[in-house]
Amino acid sequence: MKGIWNLMRRYPVVVGFIALLVVLSILSDRFLTISNLLNVLRQVSVQAIIAFGMTIVIISGGIDLSVGSVFAFSAVVLASILKQGSILLAVLAGLGVGALFGLFNGFVIAKAKLQPFIVTLATMAIARSFTLLYTNGMPITGFSDAFRFIGRGEIFSIPVPVFIMFGVFFLTWYLLSQTKLGLYAYSIGGNEEATRLSGVNVDNYKIIFYTLSGVYSAISAMILIARLNSAQPIFGEGYELDAIAAVVLGGASLSGGKGTVLGTLFGALIMGIINNGLNLLNVSPFYQQAVKGSIILAAVLLEREK
Amino acid sequence: MRKLVFTLLVALFMLGAAFGAKYVVGLSLSTLNNPFFVTLRDGAIDTAEKLGIELIVLDAQDNPAKQLNDIEDLIQRGVDLIIINPTDSDAIVSAVESANEAGIPVITVDRASNGGKVVCHIASDNVEGGRMAARYIAKVLNGKGKVVELVGILGTSAARDRGKGFEEEIAKYPGLQLVAKQTANFNRAEGLIVMENILEAHPDIDAVFAQNDEMALGAIEAIKATGKLDEIVVVGFDAIPDAIEAIKKGEMEATIAQQPYLMGQLAVTKAFEYLTTGTVFFPVELKLITQENVE
Repeated sequence: MKGIWNLMRRYPVVVGFIALLVVLSILSDRFLTISNLLNVLRQVSVQAIIAFGMTIVIISGGIDLSVGSVFAFSAVVLASILKQGSILLAVLAGLGVGALFGLFNGFVIAKAKLQPFIVTLATMAIARSFTLLYTNGMPITGFSDAFRFIGRGEIFSIPVPVFIMFGVFFLTWYLLSQTKLGLYAYSIGGNEEATRLSGVNVDNYKIIFYTLSGVYSAISAMILIARLNSAQPIFGEGYELDAIAAVVLGGASLSGGKGTVLGTLFGALIMGIINNGLNLLNVSPFYQQAVKGSIILAAVLLEREK
Repeated sequence: MRKLVFTLLVALFMLGAAFGAKYVVGLSLSTLNNPFFVTLRDGAIDTAEKLGIELIVLDAQDNPAKQLNDIEDLIQRGVDLIIINPTDSDAIVSAVESANEAGIPVITVDRASNGGKVVCHIASDNVEGGRMAARYIAKVLNGKGKVVELVGILGTSAARDRGKGFEEEIAKYPGLQLVAKQTANFNRAEGLIVMENILEAHPDIDAVFAQNDEMALGAIEAIKATGKLDEIVVVGFDAIPDAIEAIKKGEMEATIAQQPYLMGQLAVTKAFEYLTTGTVFFPVELKLITQENVE
């Protein structure tokens, strides 16, 4: 009993996740099937990858509100080049858009000493405008099967997006726990001034964190386009909030210095499972928002108990 | 006697033509960036020409503030009537009230005004559209099967009306079951995800009605992935270009199209009717009752 309590205190997000699994398995016989669990993982991959990037930024004491709009702009750029034929060029351009916006965010935040909240709020608006201008408000639809493999394909009957998600997960875990970059992310988030005084080039690291966040958005945009066979100018609206929610559910603190990518993965899984469960149970759409909000609140309260 | 009637008719016609030529009507459109409203404008222009009305067309560029200025300009010009296609139902109220104060009658098209006095409002009947979708699905499935409904943004009139018509009509067929009703916010990406989840819960569904084409197109991608596209009937709403394309390819079975040209036509026709007779008349269809349908 004491062991369980300790586990709950240490990893509330994992306990919450398991509790949800149990409840949903009881409520719906369709929930705990291999096919549905793979379905959930495939759906979660898009949100989770954005949230991994957000994890790095939030640990370092920042925030990135532009992820949803950057996601959309990178999606439409990628899609338009894809229409010309070259998959490699399109993917590189999409990732380039994400990197450029991240670089811009990081540069302005670090060099102009402005609040990340305001800077990324501004780039959120700018990237959305670019997206609408670029597409004239119209969706770009219809891609080759070769490209769609990224979203629809399977390797050993595991969906490709799930592989990509775990690839990005391990990369992020490695960066945060095994490299200087991770060490400095935690220390900048914990005490920026002290880190600066100990001789770390804080500005450069900040630029790298935001650039990574932009690139992660672009990677996940690529998955969604391939899944949907269409890039839409309204893509990514509200994704920044979902990403922040996943990171906070995972035990990170919005004041920085704290958080893990494993926690974020479970946070994103909880969000995805709630959506999936509500659909499976055919819960009236009028209740869904309230259910979602209550579960998130409960998880964060558990987090506070630590 | 016959001669008298004929003379009277000719006189009336000439009177009408003489009056008609004098009418100046303003048409304030929400935007001309959208093919839907361009078609509506064309319907209005063609009809105005036929009736000898001078039509002044203004484009608000989706900007409520510009629309207010446009309508104030029309009031200054002293037009006989203003047809308004509001950019926003709330923002338009003050413009309608200004026209009311100036004694200029107003007709609204597509979106209604949430205040002020209007002669009449001309819009698609979304409830009937929902019913049409249900009747089509019932016909294709021979009145038997499992049906899914994808709902738009909760609280919008389009979602409410389309859903109301669809569900009322489905209820008339005892063999049709509405097994799932979930929201995907009129959004293609959400249509995909929600449909994937519904297919996990109900792998054996027969038809999907999406309250707009975007959600229908997302649902189609989810159905394709399970290889069941041939077995499931998908019906959308709006007739956007991507949906027309999908119907041509045989991926989507049907969509409910609005008729913007007819809307523009009807708006100007009703404007003319009001200016010449001081009222508008909407006939209600009569119904034939026989032994078969007597209740």
